[in-house]
Parts: sequence; C-alpha cells; structure tokens
Amino acid sequence: MTLPTLSKNGGRIRADLQLVADLVPAGVRVLDVGCGEGALLHHLAQTKNVDARGIELRQEGVNACVQQGLSVVQGNAETDLKDYPSDAFDYVILSQTLQAMRDPRGTLGELLRIGKHAIISFDNFGHWAMRLGLMFEGRMPVADAPRHTWYDTGTIRPCTIRDFLTLCGDLGIEPERCFTVHGGGRTREVAPGSWRARLTARQAVFLLK
Amino acid sequence: MSIPHSQDSSETAPIGDAQAERGTTEPPQTGHKVLLGAPAPMKLDSGLDLAGFTLAYQTYGTLNAERSNAILVCHALTGDQFAAGRHPVTGKRGWWDNAIGPGKPLDTDRYFIICSNILGGCMGTIGPKEPNPATGKPYSLAFPVITIGDMVNAQKLLIDHLGIDQLFCVIGGSMGGMQVLDWASRYPERLFAAVPIATAARCSAQNIAFHEVGRQAIMADPEWRGGDYLAQNTRPERGLAVARMSAHITYLSETALHRKFGRALQDRKAVTYGFDADFQVESYLRHQGITFVDRFDANSYLYITRAIDYFDMASEHGSVAEAFKGTKVRFCVLSFSSDWMFPTAESRALVHGLNAAAANVSFVEIQTDQGHDSFLLDIPDYHRTLTGFLNGAAAHRGLTGRGLIAK
Repeated sequence: MTLPTLSKNGGRIRADLQLVADLVPAGVRVLDVGCGEGALLHHLAQTKNVDARGIELRQEGVNACVQQGLSVVQGNAETDLKDYPSDAFDYVILSQTLQAMRDPRGTLGELLRIGKHAIISFDNFGHWAMRLGLMFEGRMPVADAPRHTWYDTGTIRPCTIRDFLTLCGDLGIEPERCFTVHGGGRTREVAPGSWRARLTARQAVFLLK
Repeated sequence: MSIPHSQDSSETAPIGDAQAERGTTEPPQTGHKVLLGAPAPMKLDSGLDLAGFTLAYQTYGTLNAERSNAILVCHALTGDQFAAGRHPVTGKRGWWDNAIGPGKPLDTDRYFIICSNILGGCMGTIGPKEPNPATGKPYSLAFPVITIGDMVNAQKLLIDHLGIDQLFCVIGGSMGGMQVLDWASRYPERLFAAVPIATAARCSAQNIAFHEVGRQAIMADPEWRGGDYLAQNTRPERGLAVARMSAHITYLSETALHRKFGRALQDRKAVTYGFDADFQVESYLRHQGITFVDRFDANSYLYITRAIDYFDMASEHGSVAEAFKGTKVRFCVLSFSSDWMFPTAESRALVHGLNAAAANVSFVEIQTDQGHDSFLLDIPDYHRTLTGFLNGAAAHRGLTGRGLIAK
C-alpha cells in the first residue's frame, strides 16, 4: 500500500495506526480491511482483547498474519465485502487503502453496512507541499515518494480531506471525529471543516458512523 | 517393474521410500477398535439403522487432564487411521507422518491426535468387506450406502466413547475436509477449531464424473462378480487398479507430471511401437494401480466415492452460510494454487459462505505446482500456516503446554 509495512518494534506501531487503535474500544469485533502483515490487528488483539479479523489481497501478507495466529482471509475488499452480513462488526478499519480502490464510494457504503462504525485513514493530497509542488514544479504529487512515482504508485484515487468530506456528504455520512497526522508523526483532533487541517495534514483519520 | 521416482504420495498412500527405511526399526502399529451403535443403533442418512459396528482408530500423543487438547484427523478417500508412524500393512510411514509428531504442526507433545478409519473403510472399521452378521459372509453390496454425515456421526460416537466433550480441532484434507465441514455444521459445540484443507462444500460435477469412471472400471472387471468377489474368492484387481490410475491423475498437476516425467521413456531408448509402458508416466501410473490393490477393497472404493458424490452442504442446509449460522468455531481454510480437483475457487466460495455466517475464518492459498496431493506434502508455507493457526487457536482456547501461552 502507500506506506511501508510496519514491524512490531517493541509494541510501537506507526503513528496513524496508533491513532486508529486508540479509537477502538476494548472487546469489540473488528475487521481490518487491507490488513497487510497484521501489525494493527496484532496490536489490537494484544492490547484491546478484540475479536480481530482481517482481509488482505496480497498472499504474503495473509500468510504472515495466519502464521502468527490472526484470523485473516485472502480476498479483495471490493468484491468480497458484500458477503458479510450487515452490522457483523463493531468497527471496520480501512487504513491507507481507500486510495488504492477502484470504487472508493461503493466500498465506503459497504464498510458502513457491515460495521457499526468505520475508521478510515488516507493521505491528504491537499497538503500545502503537494499543492505547491504541482503549482511550481509542475509535478503530480505522490504520497509514497520517493519509493514510488506517478506511474507505479498504488494510489489510483488520490483525494483531499475536502474531497472525502464531500463524498461523505453525498452518502449522507456524518463524520463523528477527525484526526490529522503531521510531520514527525504528531497527531491532533480537529474539526472536520478546519481549513488549517486541510493544508497541514499529511494524513487524515476519520471515525464514521 | 522399475519405478521412476520414489515419491508415492498420492491421496494418502504412504509417503516416500526414504521415510519408510528410516522407520523400519519402529514396530508396526496395531491400533484400537471400539464397538459402537450399541445398544442403540446409529441412524444412517439413508434411513437404515447400523447397530453394533466396529470402528478402528489410532491415537498419537497424550490426552491432557482437562481432555481439551484432542485433535481429530479425518482421512481422505483411500487413507486410513494409521496417519503417522509405521503402517502395519504397507510397512511405510503413515500418510501424514510429516505433519504429526513431536515438533511437527500437529505436535504430539502438545496435542492428542485421534484418527479413525472411516465408516465404509477397509482397515478394520465396518465396511463392505466385513462379515454381515445376518449371513456370516462379507456384506459386499448388502452394505448400506453411506454419506459423509454418517462417517461424522460414527466419529462423534467415538469421541463420546473417549469422554471428550469438545475437540480442540477437527482437521483433514480432500474428503477429510468434507468431514471437517460436516463436523462443524452438525456438532458446532463439540469442536473449537476446524481446518478444512483442499476441499469444498460440495462435490463438483467433474469429481462425480471421475468417480464414476473409477466405479465403472471396477464393475466392468469380470472378477467383480456383481460385488460378490470375496465370497467367490477372487478380486477385481484390474478394475480397481484402473480406477486408481484415473484418480491418481486428478491428484497431480499438469506441471508436476511434466516436471517429473515429461516424455521420458521407461528403461528404453526408443518407443517400441506397441502397447507396453513405453513412457515413464505410464509405468508410474501402473505401479500406482498395482500397489493400491494390495491395500484397498474395491467395494469400499465404490461406497466411499459415492459418499463424496452425495456431499453438498448447500442442498442440505439451503446455503453454505445457513449451515454455519451463528457458529463459534474458528476456521482455517487452506487451498493449493495448482489443485484442479478442489480448486481454490471452491475454497473461496466456502469462505464467502463462512463470511456470510460471520464466522471467524482464516483463508490461505498455498502457492505450489504439486496439485491436489499438496495437502499430503511437507510444503514449508503450508506447515507454517498450520502451526500458526493451531498456536493462535490454542491461545484462544487457553491450552498451555510447550511453546503455548494461555491468553
């Protein structure tokens, strides 16, 4: 996906994942869509005693998860979410995966059908550096640069915080809480409409209901 | 006949001559037998009663004081209860010896492994070759047609007999995987975890078709004698061997067959312009057929393939999801990328059904070119997945022991 797969370095996980983990209450049913090698699921299972499940497209990620005892299926979220019954989970997490989907709108609807809550994190393409880069250098912003460039990035549907809020509005979804991740992994809770956040957030994490 | 390679792994045939040699110091196993269906008979799916029948089984490892560490291993079409150790009939290692034992995925230092010969089998459990109490002669075709569900019901009586309230896990590949699914659907409270491997929630038309070819080969052999060959002191060896040969092809993949044999000739430099086994692949298949008839009963083959044909969870329950509705069992579904007998698509359909039932399920497709037989092989990714899943399940079950930490 768009950020490096994280390792479990002494129980610490990537800043945006820690933020996601903090939003999940103990003992609930969680589905992590695009769970990678299971860092977040593992963390949640260890620290929150949740019923942790995952879906992952890449076979190597699935094998790594199951080999550490996590309940993960190999599958494609865009085709497989429809199988799950409504309200099957308390929290459905889509971490840094929305931008890699062909149908983010349909997926967002499915996430909130099968989960009572959804937690979505994504790279904010409205960050000032991306705006300036396009304006003054004439280069498309790439969230996972320099490892990737525009022609091989996994991000096929880049969006800004404002784009995301517009989509939520179209779907009748009211964001419950919004957090931003800044340089150095600093995080803060913001009002979803904050113009400052739209310009300064590298990533956004939304709790939806 | 010379054999082009030493692997004889197909569908539960003993695996590998090298292993067999290593195991020769070990005495052959004898196994256990238990009388079930008495005093109350067991009702079969066909509506008939089966009363006072013998079930043969083998165990490995030790049952803990809480009786919570038992794993039931379900064997495939031509397997039997001697899953590990030295086989009493063939002298070779058991069909899953690479997975059962100390330090192996089914670790006998932690788990108590139970494997029973299925109903209709021919290694000590009641089946068509056993004597019919009414006549004193072998049942032959008087044996009732059985189903996967009947096999599971018989195993459940064994588990009752062993005083085990809840199995830690039920595991098996191919037809064994069908038993696993039936167990989880029929007795969800009697197992904590289920591992169906290289299997499906229904027998496909293609598999029914291959079974029918095998049955027709057996029944076309004049020595079959309308099924009465044992009473007439003969055996339909040619028919059973052909059945085995055709089935064996379905256990391999085109890639694996080509890698092993290609178009290589058998002990000759040129084709002979005749119908002798010119090609190594022919010689190999003939060997598979010939060795099979020494350890398997032709009528058992008819009955067991029929039981597989009838297996269809969706028709029985309305849908796969309905069969597992509300289940608390932890599932781990495994498939192999080159298996065309039980392709990954079948496992995926099963997983979709389990997802629809909101079941706790893991699903891994192992990349390999070894075909359906992969479930019997020591493929590192496969065994690591089994170990990881069982460790995770054991932690949730609160099983402790070497290497296990209670959650």
